[in-house]
Amino acid sequence: MTQRLYAPIILLLVMIFLIGPFFIIVAASFSAGDTLAFPPQGFSLKWIAKVFTVESFRQSFAVSMFLAIGGTLTALLLGIPASYAMSRYKLPLSETVRFLVSTPIIVPGIIVGLALLRYFVIPVGLSITLALFLAHTALVLPYAVRVVSASLANLRSDMEEAAVLLGSSRLGAFFRVVLPNIRGGILAAFILGFVTSFNQVPVSLFLSGPGVRTLPIDMLGYMEIVFDPSVAALSALLAFLSIGIVFAAERFLGFSRYV
Amino acid sequence: MSDASFLSLDKLSLAYGKTIAVKELDLDIRKGELLALLGPSGCGKTTTMRAIAGLMTPVSGRITLDGADITRVPANRRNIGLVFQSYALFPHLTVFENVAFGLKLQGIGGDELTRRVDAGLKSVGLTAFSGRKTPDLSGGQQQRVALARSMVMQPKVLMLDEPLSNLDARLRLEMRTELQRMQKETGVTMIFVTHDQVEALALADRIVVMRDGAIEQIGTPEEIYNNPVSSFVADFVGFENLFAIRNGKLVAAGGIELDPAGPLPDAAGLAWRPRAIALGAGPFTGTVRGVSFAGGTREYLLESGFGTVKAEADVSVPGYPLNAEVAFDMPISAAAPLHRFG
Repeated sequence: MTQRLYAPIILLLVMIFLIGPFFIIVAASFSAGDTLAFPPQGFSLKWIAKVFTVESFRQSFAVSMFLAIGGTLTALLLGIPASYAMSRYKLPLSETVRFLVSTPIIVPGIIVGLALLRYFVIPVGLSITLALFLAHTALVLPYAVRVVSASLANLRSDMEEAAVLLGSSRLGAFFRVVLPNIRGGILAAFILGFVTSFNQVPVSLFLSGPGVRTLPIDMLGYMEIVFDPSVAALSALLAFLSIGIVFAAERFLGFSRYV
Repeated sequence: MSDASFLSLDKLSLAYGKTIAVKELDLDIRKGELLALLGPSGCGKTTTMRAIAGLMTPVSGRITLDGADITRVPANRRNIGLVFQSYALFPHLTVFENVAFGLKLQGIGGDELTRRVDAGLKSVGLTAFSGRKTPDLSGGQQQRVALARSMVMQPKVLMLDEPLSNLDARLRLEMRTELQRMQKETGVTMIFVTHDQVEALALADRIVVMRDGAIEQIGTPEEIYNNPVSSFVADFVGFENLFAIRNGKLVAAGGIELDPAGPLPDAAGLAWRPRAIALGAGPFTGTVRGVSFAGGTREYLLESGFGTVKAEADVSVPGYPLNAEVAFDMPISAAAPLHRFG
């Protein structure tokens, strides 16, 4: 009896804790006042409109998009063949590789960022853009390998053998039979990777230079100088973008099966 | 090449890493025959099938097909069909596209593709399912798609891995008939792998019984059923009472010796089916420890001085109750002589 009473209350508290801040941000972005505040003062769309006029937001949005799309695609290009090899062949070092590939999740991002800056950007002269690209690719790689491996594990290898016996080459069987059957997993990995890269702060913190910084870092910098609701408006817009992508993926691909 | 050795395996040895799975196997398969590879799991039958298909490379030995050495020919150029036990259909494709897969790779398209795929689907009775995705089909239908997908390629040899084991009793009979019909109509050489002696006896023209990576016996279903050469084959095809022959005496499984009821033949052992044991009179006695009704017959477990004997008697004769003392005979004339024992 007590269980019936407590369970919904706990659930409600968790929901408030998880989703509450999101409603505050959304509400604050519609404020008519000049400072970021909750409850909002009045109602206007002017801060949402202002987001699109800030030049640095536009630049850093482009950088973040490039990193999220380019980094995730690169991670998939590396991760798909690696996952395939580890799932189909008994390789001597596959457990080690699996672990190494996971390290970017385990090592704190701030250390990765600092290390890249201290040992690559400064002494070697690696450009900030390239350092960011490498960091984001490495960061997304574990998701690519994990999610793609999971969908490969559900795929029986005799399907490829059947394709070979019908006249296909091994490589052809991979493209004709394996790839179409793991495309849901690949898309799931892409979305996870995209969101991870796009929201990444610690790694990117040390890696910013003239005209090159990611959107979250730019938002942090902006807030230190200007404390108006446009950051809330931008956050709300980004949140709706993410929700839209996840819903579309769930609707068309059954995203939740792969994560 | 003659028709008697359309497909031949010549001293074929196969291994997984360092584990030998098949040792110097020699086997000639006739053109148009329906051959069963029969044996318990781990006997090397599936491994042999995979080697014929080209899915594994032999350690040594040769495979020739239709006069050509195919030992080193890659699997995708052998034109050997294989219906997997799991069927291995492509779930992202429709029934039509599954069957069309191999033909398309040969560059066949347009009307000819449609005609040949339709003919393939028609031969397995799945014309109405052409546009369906394969995961929506029942197990029996999936198997037919797999069969059609292999058969439209007009393979030189069609192999089937445990073709009836995933089907229920009714479908099993249907599929058995269908496979035999297809084999007669197309004349394709068919090899199927099974661990079920009933399946092998019912379907095959010839049975190869395998054990520990070697051939134990080759013969027609009648030969295998009536004249097993060894205790292993006898046990596999339902001879439940096995006795070795040593120094003119019969030796039971427990090592107890007994005097035979008559002169013994020159053999390593004798085997009786349960129905060959004569109940009611004879030199031996046993206590009934189990009775089970099996339709037209009753099956008895008899505990005798030399171990358990399984007997079977017609229901038309009066039965024996549990714990009854029964006299019985194991007539030498009704026994199958075994050339190898153990």
